[in-house]
Amino acid sequence: MANDQETTAVSRRLNSIKHIIIVLSGKGGVGKSSVSAQLALNLYAASPTARVGILDVDLTGPSIPRMLGVDGHAVHQSSDGWVPVYADGAQGRLGCMSVGFLVKNKGDSVVWRGPKKNGMIRQFLSDVRWGDLDYLVIDTPPGTSDEHLSLLEHMSPVYPKLSAVIVTTPQAVALMDVMKCLSFTRATNLPVLGLIENMSGYVCPCCGEVSNVFSTGGGKDMAEREGLPFLGSLPVDTELVTLLDAASGGGEDSTGGSGAFELLVRYEKTPSAKLFREIVSTLTRNLAPDQSIDSK
Amino acid sequence: MIATQTASSVPDPLSVPANAPEHCPGTESQLAGKAEACDGCANQETCASNTPKGPDPALPLITARMSTVKRKILVLSGKGGVGKSTFTAQLAWAFAADDQTQTGIMDVDICGPSIPTILGIASEQVHASSSGWSPIYVQDNLGVMSVGFMLPSSRDAVMWRGPKKNGLISQFLKDVDWGDLDYLLVDTPPGTSDEHLSVVQYLKESGIDGAVLITTPQEVALQDVRREIDFCRKVGIKILGLVENMSGFVCPNCKGESQIFKPTTGGAKKLAEDTGIELLGAVPLDPRIGKSADYGVSFLDEYPDSPATTAYLDIIDRIKDILGD
Repeated sequence: MANDQETTAVSRRLNSIKHIIIVLSGKGGVGKSSVSAQLALNLYAASPTARVGILDVDLTGPSIPRMLGVDGHAVHQSSDGWVPVYADGAQGRLGCMSVGFLVKNKGDSVVWRGPKKNGMIRQFLSDVRWGDLDYLVIDTPPGTSDEHLSLLEHMSPVYPKLSAVIVTTPQAVALMDVMKCLSFTRATNLPVLGLIENMSGYVCPCCGEVSNVFSTGGGKDMAEREGLPFLGSLPVDTELVTLLDAASGGGEDSTGGSGAFELLVRYEKTPSAKLFREIVSTLTRNLAPDQSIDSK
Repeated sequence: MIATQTASSVPDPLSVPANAPEHCPGTESQLAGKAEACDGCANQETCASNTPKGPDPALPLITARMSTVKRKILVLSGKGGVGKSTFTAQLAWAFAADDQTQTGIMDVDICGPSIPTILGIASEQVHASSSGWSPIYVQDNLGVMSVGFMLPSSRDAVMWRGPKKNGLISQFLKDVDWGDLDYLLVDTPPGTSDEHLSVVQYLKESGIDGAVLITTPQEVALQDVRREIDFCRKVGIKILGLVENMSGFVCPNCKGESQIFKPTTGGAKKLAEDTGIELLGAVPLDPRIGKSADYGVSFLDEYPDSPATTAYLDIIDRIKDILGD
């Protein structure tokens, strides 16, 4: 019975969100967080009024704050719940929530077992004051375990809004884990918008030769085999790695407020941005039918 | 206007038993065995007594099983995809290169077991004997146990919450017939959660000889490794050292070296200095490492002349030195 009340708290909070996109991958380190961050940035840039949220449920290894240049910020409590940290400063259109904002020291480990993680996720879903959002991007940890089950369980009242994007790298070892992740989405009836192949090739800065550092084409083959839309492949982009890595520590941004907006400007100059824009336009097209149902 | 909601339910397939009543709260719920719906359910008693009390009865059995294992080494990293499993496999192959050294690998990455593929034994199944589950042998002196051997198909997802994962880890430690081992390498999933806590708790009495932490050079990975170091210190595991993987890339065409994952904050070297942990070495990114892993062959044997092989072997020698072997 207590459970019923929680669900309504979550659904009341999430009702003002149009689309919820969960970024998944069975494997770690394939670029879920960087894809989530890019997805949020692109959706944000797609329209001057778009309001986007990004929720990082990787509780023991949150990377989103660093990537969006808001590392070290703290979450404020308001009478209407937790206020997300806005990566674009005063504009307040790109909200971000992560366990990284809640730990005191950035070297502190969050050593939690399942039930505690479950509680935290429930709070993230029910207590964060997102306001009206066009998109909420959820970055997940690797695997198909507590965090994922909890997410879907708590969001079951808003299930029609949910969809997933799966990220993989091209090598067989990663594809195997991604296959498991796909089985997970099937077992839970989560619609998959498509597959993104990340780290597909690396362009040598000295001679321009493309090396397939982690093999190539595996993601596309898998998408065909499994009947999934293939959204595109992203090569290893050192500019992007550097940008997302040093987002907060970079020397250029001196003012905390405008620094994140600068992140978008700098992001749009990376080679990945162009490729990703296409991915996002395919993705939003796949989302469109849902929207028409929603707005009825 | 009222928004219509079709509340499609998301059943947690493993938390509700097949014979449970309609309103079963799920075996992992606080109300398990105590809710109204539980009256008359065949599982009520089991569920109600589910709350853990006192020391785990498996502990003495684990300690007995582990008494024939000389060294237990964990391979950890806060971050995923940095090469934990690849490193574990190379380390095991290097140990097992000596016929006299008995080596075991325990893969506790329950949701994403990669060890079977990397070792080329993905299609094997576990067999039970009177003395327990037999590990799968890659060669005479290298035995492996992974959840990957227990799934009907490699496509199947393991959607387990913590308690079930812990149960399997305890079984891996007490029910697997490891025999006399010189080294037991434990490959872990990313993070600092159930699997890590369980391994540490179950092996507390038998003693863990140390942990090797794997990282890649960029800050996003290092910050997760910092958390892992904090974890090791909290639970009292000795850190043998740090390995920086994917450190630099040599273009096969022009032989020019470049940094794919730039060490914007000084990389593992700086982290090692800051934390007083030894940097065991840095392994350059060689596309053939990933390929070897996909095909399940030993990179060290296939490409003995690669700079990465030299780096691996130096690191492995250093680990042996630290352990005093």
